Amino acid sequence: MSLFHIESDRSKYPQPGDDGKLVVDLDSHKYVKLWQGPNHPGVTGNMAIELTLAGDEIVQAKTHVGYLHRGFEKLIERRLFLQGMQTSIRMCVAEPDTNEYVYCQCVEELSGIEIPEMAKWIRTLVLEMSRLQSFLRVVPGQGGTTGLGIGVQWGMYMRELILDRFEELTGGRIYHMYFTPGGVRGLLPQGFKKRMEENLKEIDDFIIRIDDLMYSNAVFKKRTVDVAVINPSWVDKYGIVGPVARSAGFNRDVRKDYPYLIYDQLDFEPKVMNHSDIYNRSRIRWYELQQSVDLIRQIMARMPENGDFKAPTPNVLHWEIPKGEAYVRAESSRGEYGLYMVTDGSTKPRRVNLRGPSYTQAVCLLEDMLVGANIADVHSIMVSLQTCPPEIER
Amino acid sequence: MKNLINKLSKVYELSDVVYQRPNFTYATTTKENTISLITQLRDLEGFSHFVLLSCVDWIEDNLFQLTYILNNPTQKYDIAIRCMIDRNEAAMTSAHYLWEQIATYQRELKEMYGIEFPGSPRLNENFILEGWDNIPPMRRDFDTKKYSEETFFPRERPSSNDPATYMKSRLHPDEWDGKIAE
Repeated sequence: MSLFHIESDRSKYPQPGDDGKLVVDLDSHKYVKLWQGPNHPGVTGNMAIELTLAGDEIVQAKTHVGYLHRGFEKLIERRLFLQGMQTSIRMCVAEPDTNEYVYCQCVEELSGIEIPEMAKWIRTLVLEMSRLQSFLRVVPGQGGTTGLGIGVQWGMYMRELILDRFEELTGGRIYHMYFTPGGVRGLLPQGFKKRMEENLKEIDDFIIRIDDLMYSNAVFKKRTVDVAVINPSWVDKYGIVGPVARSAGFNRDVRKDYPYLIYDQLDFEPKVMNHSDIYNRSRIRWYELQQSVDLIRQIMARMPENGDFKAPTPNVLHWEIPKGEAYVRAESSRGEYGLYMVTDGSTKPRRVNLRGPSYTQAVCLLEDMLVGANIADVHSIMVSLQTCPPEIER
Repeated sequence: MKNLINKLSKVYELSDVVYQRPNFTYATTTKENTISLITQLRDLEGFSHFVLLSCVDWIEDNLFQLTYILNNPTQKYDIAIRCMIDRNEAAMTSAHYLWEQIATYQRELKEMYGIEFPGSPRLNENFILEGWDNIPPMRRDFDTKKYSEETFFPRERPSSNDPATYMKSRLHPDEWDGKIAE
């Protein structure tokens, strides 16, 4: 034992009960209840975490959602299949194109529509652009949670460049509505690839700079290495997916395991790590950011110049889909993102249910992970799980 | 996948089997068999990843359909187990001990459809809604439009659907002839 080693006195902290969970007696006046959120710079989106603290250590955490509930799933049940598009994409603000894809693919699968080859290439391009802009926000955002604000400024500028390309391609910056059941709304504009390549070169430079800024930074490492480690046995237990599961050693990527669109023609390998702390969860997203840039380049180099971009569909006002059900999944920047659609032969869906990664990661996983953590790390842990409240509440 | 369904059919009563895709199958079983079936799928057949628990309201048949979607990450295929429960006495055996996230799904289904899962942790705590005193809102017989009209104050709406006429009446009332184009 070193000379300066101090054995902490844990006798005043709550002790585990018979079920292994800490017994917190609020009447003992030893603890402080603190709400982080719903309006707080240290939470992702509008959600709240009800924390019980012993000193600065969290002994109990409860996730509260509902501040964004707009009843989208209910509203879609009263809308035509085409009208459901504009509602479904708003379930996730950060990455709406994945919503567009899973919704369209469900409608197409249930109606037996095969989309043209050109539409598959363009959809893949849009999905990768969407992943890229999401990573450009969350990768430097992880630095922002430890006070490293400059990376966030750089990342937001880079994200704006991709939003410019989205605006050029689709007319919208955040919500695009570019996918439509049967294909996409149009071909790439003239000169789009050249302008995209110019943006990607800037992002290449950003990737190197953010590596120097964040991942070699002693303070960032001190705050993130070995903090909030996810045990690999939790992955299936809690339904963890995406970069969080891959950083814990699970080689699971929907694009590889269940190839959709033209992902089986692209050359990429999911990055896997074997120690899921905050640092590695952020690092793996940094690798995937590079991967998205590479995939966009591959798509632009290999996609056909012209071709049909939309398959014929029935009159959208009288489009009846036979009784059936479909579950379609895609890989968003946060992991497996799925939509379950049930039809009953009418012009409207009987049931639409979204499965977002945050549903499990921001509720049961976050509540258990926060126990024992320091209050100053709550925001870092949330960003490292990339929690997004709208997809919990729908 | 057909081998697995054949194997399961010997033990459980399976109906309405649909091979939707080569790696995705739907099957219906009885309410009593559902939890033991998904336990077997998890423990013996490698379906270690729980994807989704969803509910569909078949109001015309007075039934709720519960759908448990399970994924086998090694073999890379999915199975969706459906079961029908009575809509009037909506209750189902809790599966919260199989996967941690199921308690959250069950909590949401209790709130949104009024389905009871006895023994499920924090089942009666508010999840998304707060202070809700109406029928569970995701049930088909809950009318969102009627609820809005009764709950919220009436809002003034334009009597015309023609934007040009409406804007003229608001911005240039002197020049407006008082006629409303439909």
